[in-house]
Amino acid sequence: MTRVVLAEDEVLLREGLVALLTRFEFTVCAAVGSAPELLDAARAHEPDLVLTDIRMPPGRHDDGLRAAVALRAGRQHLPVVVLSQYVQTGYAAALLDSGDGQRVGYLLKDRVAEVTEFVDTLRRVAAGGTAIDPDVVRQLLHRPRDPLGALSAREREVLALLAEGRSNVSIAGRLHVSEAAVGKHVGNILLKLDLPPSDDTNRRVLAVLTYLRRNPAG
Amino acid sequence: MLGLPGKVDLDGWEARSCAISVSGMTSELPSRLVAALRRRDWLISAWPWRALAYLISTVPLAGLLAVGLLVIGAPLLAAANGLQQGRPPSVALLLFLAVGSLTLLALAPMVSYPVAVVERWRLGLVDNRPLPASQWPGLLARYRSAATWREVAYLFWLGGFVPVAYWVFLLLVLLDLGMITSPWLADAAEPVVVWRPIESTGEAIPYAIVAVLLLPVFFYAAGLLAAAQAVVARWALASPVDTAALREVARSRTRLVGAYEAERRRIERDLHDGAQPRLTSLSLQLGLARLDVPEDSPAARPLAVAHDQARGLMAMLRQLVHGIRPQSLTDLGLAGAVRELADAATIGVTVHADLDGELPEIVETTAYFVVSEALGNVARHAGATHAEVRLGRAGGDLVVEVTDDGRGGADPARGTGLTGLADRVAAVDGRLLLSSPPGGPTVVRVELPCRR
Repeated sequence: MTRVVLAEDEVLLREGLVALLTRFEFTVCAAVGSAPELLDAARAHEPDLVLTDIRMPPGRHDDGLRAAVALRAGRQHLPVVVLSQYVQTGYAAALLDSGDGQRVGYLLKDRVAEVTEFVDTLRRVAAGGTAIDPDVVRQLLHRPRDPLGALSAREREVLALLAEGRSNVSIAGRLHVSEAAVGKHVGNILLKLDLPPSDDTNRRVLAVLTYLRRNPAG
Repeated sequence: MLGLPGKVDLDGWEARSCAISVSGMTSELPSRLVAALRRRDWLISAWPWRALAYLISTVPLAGLLAVGLLVIGAPLLAAANGLQQGRPPSVALLLFLAVGSLTLLALAPMVSYPVAVVERWRLGLVDNRPLPASQWPGLLARYRSAATWREVAYLFWLGGFVPVAYWVFLLLVLLDLGMITSPWLADAAEPVVVWRPIESTGEAIPYAIVAVLLLPVFFYAAGLLAAAQAVVARWALASPVDTAALREVARSRTRLVGAYEAERRRIERDLHDGAQPRLTSLSLQLGLARLDVPEDSPAARPLAVAHDQARGLMAMLRQLVHGIRPQSLTDLGLAGAVRELADAATIGVTVHADLDGELPEIVETTAYFVVSEALGNVARHAGATHAEVRLGRAGGDLVVEVTDDGRGGADPARGTGLTGLADRVAAVDGRLLLSSPPGGPTVVRVELPCRR
């Protein structure tokens, strides 16, 4: 059972999220409505996953994000998923720069409507993966000046799916190609992005992380 | 700004009233004498004749006024002359001068009214731009308005200075004519005096040649005289611009824009904090419900449709709210929001921000709009590969500069993008400067005053 601390200031949505999490056998230790409450609850319950909105009281700016970053400064490996109303690459970069740079998720709020995919994403992050919203990835890939410019269209597609934290099998299914072909694409991407081979299983996600860190937008 | 060629300065009222003017529109027909004088075809156009008509029709009116002024002016000169020679003026003369001056001053506003009417009409001879007639404001108001006393000043100018200038001009013309006729008139017995006596035809011929060559100059000089007179007339007789009212209009526009901005922000907040999360919650609930409804149930399809529609609505609302006030601006401030813009651009954009202290909301939004629009223009038209955005403070102003390495030659007259920008900038009393020589680089500079 994954233990979750949830922060969302809109009551109806918070209740909906609690219902969703409970249904998929997460344990909601605390569901709160502001950034300070989130800090307190996360420190008290030591959850396996923190799920928070970005814009929250008291400041109604990026309070939720800042709370998440603060929590990860204390617990490097704390999995955190933040929900954002808008694509802001700066937020994604701040999040990826926090803690150990892994076990984070940055999603558009709209994604909660895709119930099963959303839950999959939460599970991936809780299990040590990283998930970036496809829209954020798409925005990054649209920049012609970026180092990803060297990638072919297919490799970009693969990288976009990688950044969502998908496995080779899942990508192969999605693109209707063989798993071996995906493996080759991934190899090329890592080569072109100058990422040295290592044992790190997250090396593939690092492709996106490296890029985000190189171009912090915030 | 940068002293680059091809600069279009949208400064002052031009930019504030958003009539973007591009200099160098010489192909159009001149609408007034001053403009016509600068053209090469001046001598063969109708303008010299119009100038002449204006000058000649001035004579009777100016002459009449001069006589009126001399009634006071002549004794005054006599008295002044007497004082210089140590003779104090007589009491009777002083009394006459005092009573006369007061009468003159009292009558002047009455006299100046019909004179102004005639002069406005006559100005049409040398100026195609109509001058609106002033209404008779009532007797007391006539004495109190500043416009009246400008007309009075014009009256004295027309009766006092204009005749003197005309005399000088007339003397010069006569002198020239004298030189032209001198070969026929000059002989030893009766020398023609130009500035030294000319005693023979042979001696006179060089003078005559010079005088003939000088004739076109007199045409120009007549034009200048008429033009100068017309400029003064226009200045004195134009219905005064009510600067206080203009200031009030400008202030109320700024207030309106401010209120409008506050309202946009409130709507954005309400939608963001109220409608959007509820809609997300609704989509979530529909998504949950779908999990529990078997695929073959009659409810499955309508439920799926409702779910899809709710999701579509979420995306739509998100775009709507973004259009009202960019979320990034609320969350990240101007510098951060501009960096997000740069990130989303299709060309490389470097951002240099040097901002300290808070900016008024309306200034932030305007600056954001400027950068967004300018980068959009760069992407669409400039053929650029790189752009640079600079944000900084200069005195009390926020200065935004967007530079690109494109092909230049941006023209506000084509396309509405720049006009829209100038409008938006003018609404907060700012100014927009554009430098875009052919071949580039293009620089858009916007200065926004930050007083609250």
